[in-house]
Amino acid sequence: MAQRPVSHVPLPVLAVLIGALGLQISLKLAHPVTPPAASDLRPPASQSSLRLASLGDPIPLAKLLMLYLQSFDYQAVNRIRFQDLNYDTVQQWLLRILWLDPKGQYPLLAASRLYADVPNDAKARAMLEFVYQQFLLDPDRRWPWLAHAAAIAKHRLKDLPLAKRYASAIQKHATGPNVPLWAKQMEIFIREDMNELETARIMIGGFLSSGTIRDPGEIRFLDQRLRDIEARLKSQR
Amino acid sequence: MIRLHFIATLAGTTVLEAVRNRLFWLAAIVVGVALGLAQFLNQVAITESLEIQVALLAALLRVAAVFIVATFIITSMVREANDKVTELMLSQPAPRSSYFLGKFAGYALVAVSLALAFALPLALFTPTAGLMAWAASLVCELLIVTSVSLFCVISLTQVLSAFAATAGFYFLSRSMAAMQVIAGASLTSEHTFADTAINWIVDAIALLLPSLDRMTRTDWLVNAGPGMDETLGLLVQSAIYVVLIASAALFDLHRKNY
Repeated sequence: MAQRPVSHVPLPVLAVLIGALGLQISLKLAHPVTPPAASDLRPPASQSSLRLASLGDPIPLAKLLMLYLQSFDYQAVNRIRFQDLNYDTVQQWLLRILWLDPKGQYPLLAASRLYADVPNDAKARAMLEFVYQQFLLDPDRRWPWLAHAAAIAKHRLKDLPLAKRYASAIQKHATGPNVPLWAKQMEIFIREDMNELETARIMIGGFLSSGTIRDPGEIRFLDQRLRDIEARLKSQR
Repeated sequence: MIRLHFIATLAGTTVLEAVRNRLFWLAAIVVGVALGLAQFLNQVAITESLEIQVALLAALLRVAAVFIVATFIITSMVREANDKVTELMLSQPAPRSSYFLGKFAGYALVAVSLALAFALPLALFTPTAGLMAWAASLVCELLIVTSVSLFCVISLTQVLSAFAATAGFYFLSRSMAAMQVIAGASLTSEHTFADTAINWIVDAIALLLPSLDRMTRTDWLVNAGPGMDETLGLLVQSAIYVVLIASAALFDLHRKNY
């Protein structure tokens, strides 16, 4: 059924409609949405509440919660403000999200690349430790984030023992076929930096003799490193 | 004078329809079930039992009130249209705006009664100041839902599509502020054209929606009530939005060919 033309609408109705639309837009423009402050981040709901809220399908809820957490205090470029967050609360949120979606990578990406990369050593260390603990629960899937944690420990925190601990954990626990050799070899180079040359030499020798490395370029590279280490060892003696 | 009489008669028959549909009995059952649930939660909570009781009771009552009002309006209008009562009413010597205002006044009376009835059980648990603000805000929220439901049912004419549109409007209005914040929280410092376009679209939609997330807040019941400025702001927002949607519904009603 065709509609009647607009001319059938009384003028007062049109005037009120246009006036009210103008007022609505002005009102909304006068009260823009303000992003939440760091202190607004409250602890997450309990596991049972989240289970109930997920309606039997936890993954969409996990994704939504991650976006919600991300909306807190992330101002593009301005990373300083992450440290204003309560890191215990942030970790609780990340734990809940991982509990809802254990295969999801986003929470540990955020932990290692965003929340651990702050100019506050205590908070950065707390977040790196969180990444380490979560890595142990699923090493073959979560090794990239611990590898990044090792890099932060080495280059930003200048804490080589901590970096070695993380690299060693990758070498020991991440044994799946999808874990690249460079990740498993991280420990060698950190030990080399720490002047633990004898151990590094043994580890490289172990890699070369085990037959796990097949790429000729990689074999050449490791062989060269082995010879360099041996030369350094000789000069030390 | 005749117009006012026509509007008052229509409003009266609408309220009578609500009574005969046992809408207020349904409201009483909802209140009873909600109170029972609150008592159950009081038994199982280890701490903050009063806060848990109030928060869940308030949330449940608010959603139930919105659902009842929207469903009643949509089914009532569709039934009238199917029974040709709408055409009979429009054939009366009164303009279409009188018909609309009569129906709106009747539904608004039902909504206000429901809001007050649902606020009453909360008086057992919360201080008066916060509760008054909560009740007033629920009245405003239900008036907005009333006008939106009427607009949707006049435009879409079917129960399913009108209810889906009303529900979509309600959930979008409640979550739009959060969506705006999330849309603005880019993980990179680079803003692509897609980022800018999405932000622009989200902001444009938000301009046309009321800030329902600021209304009928549970923290008014468990913490402190809103300030005078906030309350006035909500009243102004509700008034503007009700007028806007009512005039949009009237615009559509005037263009309809019966």
